[in-house]
Amino acid sequence: MSATTHDHAHDHHDHKPGFIARWLFSTNHKDIGTLYLIFAVCAGVIGGILSMIMRAQLNVPHNTIVTSGQEWNTIVTAHGLIMIFFTVMPALIGGFGNWFIPLMIGAPDMAFPRLNNISFWLLPPAFILIMTGLFLGESGSGWTLYPPLSLSQYEPGIGMDCTLFALHLAGISSLLGAMNFITTIFNMRAPGMTMHKLPLFIWAELVTAFLLLLSVPVLAGAITMLICDRNFGTAFFDPAGGGDPVLFQHLFWFFGHPEVYIMILPAFGIVSHVVSTFSRKPVFGYLGMVYAMVGIGAVGFVVWAHHMFVSGIDVDTRAYFMAATMVIAVPTGIKIFSWIATMWGGSIELKTPMLWAIGFIFVFTIGGVTGVVLSNAGIDQIVHNTYYVIAHFHYVLSLGAVFGIFCGFYYWIGKMSGHQYPEFWGKVHFWMTFAGVNLTFFPQHFLGLSGMPRRYPDYPNAFAGWNFVSSIGAYISGASVLVFLYVCYRTFTSKEHVADNYWGEGATTLEWTQTSPPAFHTYPELPLIR
Amino acid sequence: MQHLRRLCAAMTRTSRGAVASPWRGTASRWASLLGGFVLTALATGGVAQAQAPRPWEMGMQPAFSPVKQRIIELHDLVLVIITLITLFVGALLVWVVVRYNAQRNPTPSRVSHNTVLEIAWTVIPVLILVIIAIPSFRLIYYQDRTPNPDMTVKVTAHQWYWEYSYPDNGNLDIESRYVHDEDLKPGQLRLLSVDNQMVVPVGKNIRILTTSTDVIHSFFIPALGVQRYAIPGRTIETWLRADKPGVYYGQCNQICGQDHSRMPIAVKAVTPQEFAAWVEQTKKSAEATPAAAPRLQTAAVEAPSKEIRE
Repeated sequence: MSATTHDHAHDHHDHKPGFIARWLFSTNHKDIGTLYLIFAVCAGVIGGILSMIMRAQLNVPHNTIVTSGQEWNTIVTAHGLIMIFFTVMPALIGGFGNWFIPLMIGAPDMAFPRLNNISFWLLPPAFILIMTGLFLGESGSGWTLYPPLSLSQYEPGIGMDCTLFALHLAGISSLLGAMNFITTIFNMRAPGMTMHKLPLFIWAELVTAFLLLLSVPVLAGAITMLICDRNFGTAFFDPAGGGDPVLFQHLFWFFGHPEVYIMILPAFGIVSHVVSTFSRKPVFGYLGMVYAMVGIGAVGFVVWAHHMFVSGIDVDTRAYFMAATMVIAVPTGIKIFSWIATMWGGSIELKTPMLWAIGFIFVFTIGGVTGVVLSNAGIDQIVHNTYYVIAHFHYVLSLGAVFGIFCGFYYWIGKMSGHQYPEFWGKVHFWMTFAGVNLTFFPQHFLGLSGMPRRYPDYPNAFAGWNFVSSIGAYISGASVLVFLYVCYRTFTSKEHVADNYWGEGATTLEWTQTSPPAFHTYPELPLIR
Repeated sequence: MQHLRRLCAAMTRTSRGAVASPWRGTASRWASLLGGFVLTALATGGVAQAQAPRPWEMGMQPAFSPVKQRIIELHDLVLVIITLITLFVGALLVWVVVRYNAQRNPTPSRVSHNTVLEIAWTVIPVLILVIIAIPSFRLIYYQDRTPNPDMTVKVTAHQWYWEYSYPDNGNLDIESRYVHDEDLKPGQLRLLSVDNQMVVPVGKNIRILTTSTDVIHSFFIPALGVQRYAIPGRTIETWLRADKPGVYYGQCNQICGQDHSRMPIAVKAVTPQEFAAWVEQTKKSAEATPAAAPRLQTAAVEAPSKEIRE
C-alpha cells in the first residue's frame, strides 16, 4: 500500500491496483464480493451438473448411468455440500453481503479487509478437497456425514478425510466472514443510522452472521472428533469403543438446523428490498420483519432434534422438539404476510427482480407449509428420509434461497457492473426456472408420501412415473441455467451504462446514491442519515 | 381421485370403530357413504394382499395398522390446512399483482403499519398450530410403544440385509435378503421382494426392537406406519400391529453404503395358527440346514440373558 500513497492526492477514489494485487491480494469489499459471486456461479454449475447426472440416473428404474451404489452416494454427498457451502452461502453471504453491507450502511469498506481476503481464499482449496473426495469416490456418507458410515471401517479412503477437511476450511472461512460482518455492522454504520434504521438486508446478514458464529464451531468440533475417530484411534462415535453415533447427530444438527436459516435469511433480506422497490412503497411492518428474523434465528437453535425423530430419542423429547419447530411457522408467516402487505396498495412493476421475489414468496410458502407437516413427529415417522423431505428442503433452498440469489442478481447487477441485464431474457430465465423446478420437485412430494426413500440410485418400478416427470423438470431447470449464462454474457458485453438509481423512487437505500458501478473506494466522506 | 378414494377408505375404517378418531362426526358419516363402494372393492381383492407402492400414487399408502390409520387421519387434516394456506397466499399474490399493477394504481399508498392486521397474522397462525398440535401430541404418544406386547421381534440390520429374531418363539432367527433381478419369479416385486419374509401374527401387538451390527439403517414400512433407525450399540423400541393378513413392503431408509437400495423389508401377516405352523416349520428346516447352525448358536447364547432380565 505504501507505493500508492503519493497517488492519493489526485486520484483518491478510483486508483485500482494491478491485476494480481487487485484480485489475489484483494482487500476491497467489492472485489472480494465479485470473487465470491464468480466462485458461487462456478460451484453452482458443477453442483448442477451433479443434479443432472442424478436425475438422468433416476429417469427410469434400473438405470446404469451411475455404475455403483458407492459412486451414487459420493455424488449425493458432493451435490449437497457443494450447493450449501460453495454455492448458496458464498453467493448470499460472501457475495451480496460483501458488496452491499458497506454500501448500504455507508461504510468505506469492511472492518477487517485482510480477514475478508483470507475468508474468500479459504474456499477454493476447500472446494478442491471436496472435488477430490468426489473423484476418489470415497465420501459416500451423505452430506450429513453420519457415523459409523463415515468412519474408517466403512469409508476407508482418504477421500472422506478430504471432504471433512474441506468442511473445516469452509467453516473457518464462514467464521472469519461472520466476525467481519458483525464488527462492520455494529461499528461502521454511517452517522445517524441507528439499528432500527438499518436496511432489512443488513439485519438479515447480521442475524446470519450470529447464527454462523454460534453454530459453525459445533460442526467443527463434531468433524474434528470424526477425523480423530478415523485417523487417531479415538472412539467418540464408534459404539465398539463406547462411543455414540447419536451424539454426532445431535452435534451435526445443532449446526445443521441454524445452517438452513443461514441460507434463507439473506434471501429474506433481498426479497424485502425488491418487493419494496418495485411496489414503490416502504416495507410494511419493518420492526415486525426485523424481530421475525431475530426470532427465527433464536428459535432455530432449539429445534435441531426434529431431524432425529426416528433416531430413538425419548417421546417427551420428541414432543418438545415438535412444539418448538411448529413455533417457527409464526415468524415465517409474519414475513410472508408483510411482503404481501408491502405490495398491497403499491404501484407494482413486474420487472425481472420482482418476478423472482414473487416467485420466492410462493415457493417458500409451499416449502414452509410442508415443513409444518414434517414438524409433526407422528407424520414424520412415515415421511422421514423420503422424497417428501427432499421436496420440502428443495422448495425452501433450491427454489427459495436460489430464487433469492437470482432476485439479488437482477436487482443489483446494474449497480455492480454498470450494465443492465436484457429484460426479455431475464424473464425467459425466470419462467423457465419456475416451470422447471416446480415440475422437478412437486411430484417428489407424491413419491415421498408413497414411501420412496432418499439416496437411492434405483427404485421399485412403481415409483417410475413421478420420477420420470421429475427428471423432465430437472432438464428444463438445467436448460434455464444456460439462459442465465446467456444473460450474463449479454450483460457484460452490453455497451449501455446505467444511471446511479436506475430503479427510480422505489429504491431508497444508500447504495443507490453511488455511481453504477460504484467507485473503487466509496464514501470518502461519510453520509449523514436523518 | 386415488387420493380421495384413500381418504374415504381411511375415514370409513374409522367410522367402523376400529380406532376412536378425535374428529368423528358428519365428515366421517358422508365419507362412509362415499367410501362404502371403495371398501367393498378393496375387500373383494382377496384376504391376503400385497401392500406396496403403486404407480402414480399421490398420497400415502393405505393404512393396514392402527398407527398408520391415525397418521393418515392427522395428515389429512394437516394437508387440508396447508393447501388452504397455500391457495390463500397464492390468491393474495395474484390479487395484488393484478389490482395494484403500476398501470391500474399509478400512485402508491404510503401505509406501512397496521397494528390490528399484524396482531391478526401472528395470532391466527398460532391458533391453527394449536389445532394441529393437539391431535399430533396424541399420535406420538400412541405410536411410541405398546404397553402390552403379545410378542417381540428383534430386528437387526446388517450391510445389506435384515435379520429377524423371535425371542418368544424359541429364538427363531431368520435372515432376509432381496431377490436379485434375474431370480425374480412372476408376481415378485423388483427391489421389494425378499427371500425370507418377516412373518408376524395378524391382530397381535408386536414389540419391535431395532439394532444394527455395522452402520445406521432404518426399518421403514409405510403401510404399517412404522419407522425407526437401527443403530449399532443401542436398541430402539417401537411396535406394530397388522390388521389384515397380507404382505407389507418397506425399504431401508437411512443411507448405509453401497447397497442401500437393495435391502427391502417384507412383513407377512398371517393368522395366529398359520404363524405357529410357520414357526415350527422354520425351526425344523433351520435344524436341517447346517449353514443355519451358527446363527442358532448365537441365538442360544443370548437366551439365558433374556431369562435373567425377566
